[in-house]
Amino acid sequence: MLLASVSFAQSLAQQVVSGIASGAIYASLALALVLIYRAMDVANFAQGEMAMFATFIAYTLITQFHLAFFAAFALTVVIAFAGGFAIERVMIRPFEGSSVLTLVIVTLGLFSIVNGLAGLIWGYVFKTFSGPFSSNSIQFGGVYIGIQDLGVIAVTLVVLSVVFLLFRFTKLGLAMRAASLYPESSRLLGVRTSRMLALGWGLSASVGAVSGMMIAPIIYLDPNMMQPILLFAFAAAVLGGIESPLGAVVGGVLVGVLLALVGTYLPGGQNLRTPFALLVIVAVLLFRPAGLFGRIEAKRV
Amino acid sequence: MALLELTDVTASYGPIRALHGVTAYVDEGSIVALLGANGAGKTTTLRAISGVVRTGGRITFNGRDITNNKPAEVTRLGIAHVPEGRGTLAQLTVSENLRMGAYIRSDGNGVKRDLDRVMGYFPWIRDRRNQVAALLSGGEQQMLAIARALMLKPKLLLLDEPSLGLAPIVVREIFRIVEAINREQNLTVFIVEQNAALALQVARRAYVMEVGRIVLEGPSQELALDESVRKSYLGY
Repeated sequence: MLLASVSFAQSLAQQVVSGIASGAIYASLALALVLIYRAMDVANFAQGEMAMFATFIAYTLITQFHLAFFAAFALTVVIAFAGGFAIERVMIRPFEGSSVLTLVIVTLGLFSIVNGLAGLIWGYVFKTFSGPFSSNSIQFGGVYIGIQDLGVIAVTLVVLSVVFLLFRFTKLGLAMRAASLYPESSRLLGVRTSRMLALGWGLSASVGAVSGMMIAPIIYLDPNMMQPILLFAFAAAVLGGIESPLGAVVGGVLVGVLLALVGTYLPGGQNLRTPFALLVIVAVLLFRPAGLFGRIEAKRV
Repeated sequence: MALLELTDVTASYGPIRALHGVTAYVDEGSIVALLGANGAGKTTTLRAISGVVRTGGRITFNGRDITNNKPAEVTRLGIAHVPEGRGTLAQLTVSENLRMGAYIRSDGNGVKRDLDRVMGYFPWIRDRRNQVAALLSGGEQQMLAIARALMLKPKLLLLDEPSLGLAPIVVREIFRIVEAINREQNLTVFIVEQNAALALQVARRAYVMEVGRIVLEGPSQELALDESVRKSYLGY
């Protein structure tokens, strides 16, 4: 009996760490969603596909151009930024000021375009994407923790810190925040808000790309790989408060841990992860629509 | 020489014409008031100057045609616009609001000097720099909006109804500061007001607008004595 409870505690600790690692990945994608949502009031349904496409670029850089993982990683982040920037200029800019529904349809269109393009270039056969981290575990007081999990958590922490520092301490970050929250006032202060939006798309694509490159070694690489992840990221963003970057990160970790526990301890749990993510979305929208960190704002009409 | 000149400026919101040919000028170094009732087109006139609405006619600033320039470009020429409702960046801190005021500037030392100068006019800001702007009172937000505009180091300040929703004592304080800034910094001010009595006290010249047109103009003292202005706007 005692033995069983010790091993339960150990397995629980392992699942929590592994959940935090998955959660870190959801957090990155959720943050990417939030960055665009804050600027446009629109959920970018193509966010996952953009991340997938970037991951395929990393795959090509590694397999065809024989780059080391982290060289390919850095280059991909830059390419994703340029791609996100270009997508905003070409596909979103003509619809600036359009209704939310129009923009939702544009992002859905973008979803199909990016998905189809990836299929056309790389095909639909599952590919192995080797990550930089060993699949071994290290032991902490009887608990085995995957090096891969720790690596994913570390990489995500670095990326999130860079984004945080950018927004908190740089003039550009301040202007991006101001432009997304108060576009009209910002224009009167000389901010070129349309350009800020394009930079926001670039940044968001970069952060999303990180989530793709971190998840691909755990699952397989294929054009549809990010679709469940996008759903988990939505759950994370909604749970955290869709306008709160900090909320996206906390929400991501919470959803990651929750789904890890559901997957391990509920009978048939692996298949229950998606319904549980939906359950989180519905529950939050019903009982606390602003999420954990969102604020309910009174609007003057 | 006029710093700002509007010649036959028109503007529309969709099918509704808001300005039917406004002609006005603002002399360098002066305070000029634009008076009129709600819906007369005062705010639209300011929005036309800063490029927020598209316009016909001609607007020149410092001798340069700025008609239909984008707001970000107009700002770069030295026009600071404190919009209706103050344009507070409510979720940002007071200090971030001021930094955004100096967004287009790259002279770090000059910005520091101006920050000190601005805090000279609004000493309370120093202790509340790190507070979120949403927590300020209406009067404080109006002062912050003016302070933020000053951080641009503008040649022309467009003030849209600074008295809106504020207690008379606060309004008088704000007008006193605007007057001091105009005098000490030689800053030209074009001010839109419904509170005609107060605006006519600080302004050198004034215009009166009715439904998209200028109907009266002249030195403030003369307008203050004009019977129709007295009846319609001063209420005695």
